[in-house]
This record gives sequence, C-alpha cells and structure tokens, in this order.
Amino acid sequence: MARIGVVTFPGSLDDRDAMRAVRLAGAEPVALWHAERDLKGVDAVVLPGGFSYGDYLRCGAIAARSPIMGDVIEAANKGMPVLGICNGFQILVEAHLLPGGLIRNDHGSFVCRDQRMRVEHASTAWTNRFTVGDEITIPLKNGEGGFIASAETIRELEGEGRVVFRYLDVNPNGSMNDIAGIANERGNVVGLMPHPEHAVEPGFGPDTPAAMRSGTDGLVLFQSAVAALLAV
Amino acid sequence: MPVVVVEVMPKPELLDPAGKAVAGALARLGHSAFSGVRIGKRIELTVDRPVDEALLEEVRAIAEDLLANTVIEDVVAVYPSGAEDELDEFSIVAAGETH
Repeated sequence: MARIGVVTFPGSLDDRDAMRAVRLAGAEPVALWHAERDLKGVDAVVLPGGFSYGDYLRCGAIAARSPIMGDVIEAANKGMPVLGICNGFQILVEAHLLPGGLIRNDHGSFVCRDQRMRVEHASTAWTNRFTVGDEITIPLKNGEGGFIASAETIRELEGEGRVVFRYLDVNPNGSMNDIAGIANERGNVVGLMPHPEHAVEPGFGPDTPAAMRSGTDGLVLFQSAVAALLAV
Repeated sequence: MPVVVVEVMPKPELLDPAGKAVAGALARLGHSAFSGVRIGKRIELTVDRPVDEALLEEVRAIAEDLLANTVIEDVVAVYPSGAEDELDEFSIVAAGETH
C-alpha cells in the first residue's frame, strides 16, 4: 500500500483532515513532524493548511526552513510527489519548489467559500485522474491567497501548461490569471490554495446540485497520487 | 549592544492591501493630503560584537535570503542603528530599485 506522509508544523490545522483524505483514497497516512529529519520512507508528502509559525515574517517562510523541509526538497527534486495545500502552497513557494508568491487577498479580507475551478493540467502526480476541462468544487479559505509572479514567470507557467487549476465564476483573492494552483516542470510538485482534503467524503463536502455537502472532488487529487505511485 | 536594522517593503508594482486599508481610514478621518500608504517591515538584529563591513555583508545576505522574499518584496535598506543620518554610507539598494 502506498504510504503518504503529512507534515505537521507548529500551527498546522488541516493535517488530520489530510491524513483522513489519504486513508479514504486508499493509501496509508504517515504522520511526519517538522523538527525531525525523517521522512519515514514515505512515497509522497502532503504539506497541509493552517498557519505554520503563526504566519510570522511571511506565510510559510519559517516552515520552509524547518528541518524536515530539507529532506522534502531533496526528495521532491528526485521526483517524489509533493502536494502543498493553502499554507502548504505558501511553504512550497517559500522553499522555491514552486515559483511566484502568495500575497494578501486584494480585497483585504479572509475568504471562505466553496470555490469552483477548472482543471487545466491532468498529467501531474496529483491530477492524473482528472481530465483537462473538468470543473470541480473545492472549499477555499485564506487571507493571503493572491498568487503573483513576474510577467516572465507567468508566461513560463502558461506557456508550459503548468497552471493546474484556475478559478471559475469569481477570482476570490486577486490571483494573477485566476491561478488557483500550479505545478513544477516535472509535475510531481503541486500547490493550490483551495483545500481538497475538505471534499473527500459525502456528508462533509461542499454542496453540489445533487445534494447538500455531497461534493467529493478533492478525493481525486489523493487518488491520483495513489495511481501515480502504483504506476512507478 | 549594537543593532543592525533591515527595512523591507512590498514591491512597488504589487498591490499592498494593508496600506490601501490604512489609506482608506486616513481619508475617512479627514486627512486629505495623503494619496497613498504602503506598509513594510523594520527588522532589528541585535549583534554581540562590533558592527563591521563583514557583518553588514552577512546581514545583507540574510535579508535577501530569509527576511525578505524577493519575489514579492525588496530589501530597501540595511544599516547599523543610529546610522540613519549616514544612510548613504551603509544602505544597500536592490538592483534597479530606488527609494
């Protein structure tokens, strides 16, 4: 069975939800601790949402320099699947595993909503069970989720097809080009602001036209990782 | 003990929602002379030895590596506290940046 690690930093909030999502996707969740230089032999890593180190200095800045991140960066550069969710996405850009940056929402307020978005890249380790053009709904909750990058980086991301998810209906935080998530060149590292681990189980997900709280689109990201690991 | 100051500002071309909110408050309070507010950070590093050029060089490197994220921010100045009047001598200016 695939083993997927979830790192807990001081101030992580959604680590247990992420572990539950991993289990529901058919993999074994493994708890990892920020202060240890030990990936416990996992096959993939999730950096969960929350407010690591209280967002001190900048969101994700201190977590990106924590002991375990040295190992995560090394493994990611060798091709291990890594998913950064919300604060985890901020940690990935601070660790330079993904380009660009995330700044305070342009309207200045925290936003919490069920967010529709379109899948734009379906050959990453975390999206291979989607089809390009799929429209999915995933809960979003952030205060600093505005994705920004230099014009050159945006050109590169768009030109190489590395925008993974794009916001639909509304741009909730002022992200450039409505970007909700991106991947590295190799497609093993993906970061996104919305929270797929909150849409994995009927009864607890976002509303859908079919039924209240029945949305499970987020589960597909974790199932994709399981499929990618089986394919290796 | 000596202190080295690092000043960091959001990049000028990026929106600064916090500054914008303060600008809105100033306007509501009737301070009509101010058309913009931008909010940055001042970071003070206490040093356990005299500040020399080698140490300032180390702080400049720390500033670019950790204290600022140069994707979204600029290091505007690095100088020993008390040297504000001699800013020209000690400040560093990021490439292409003016202040």
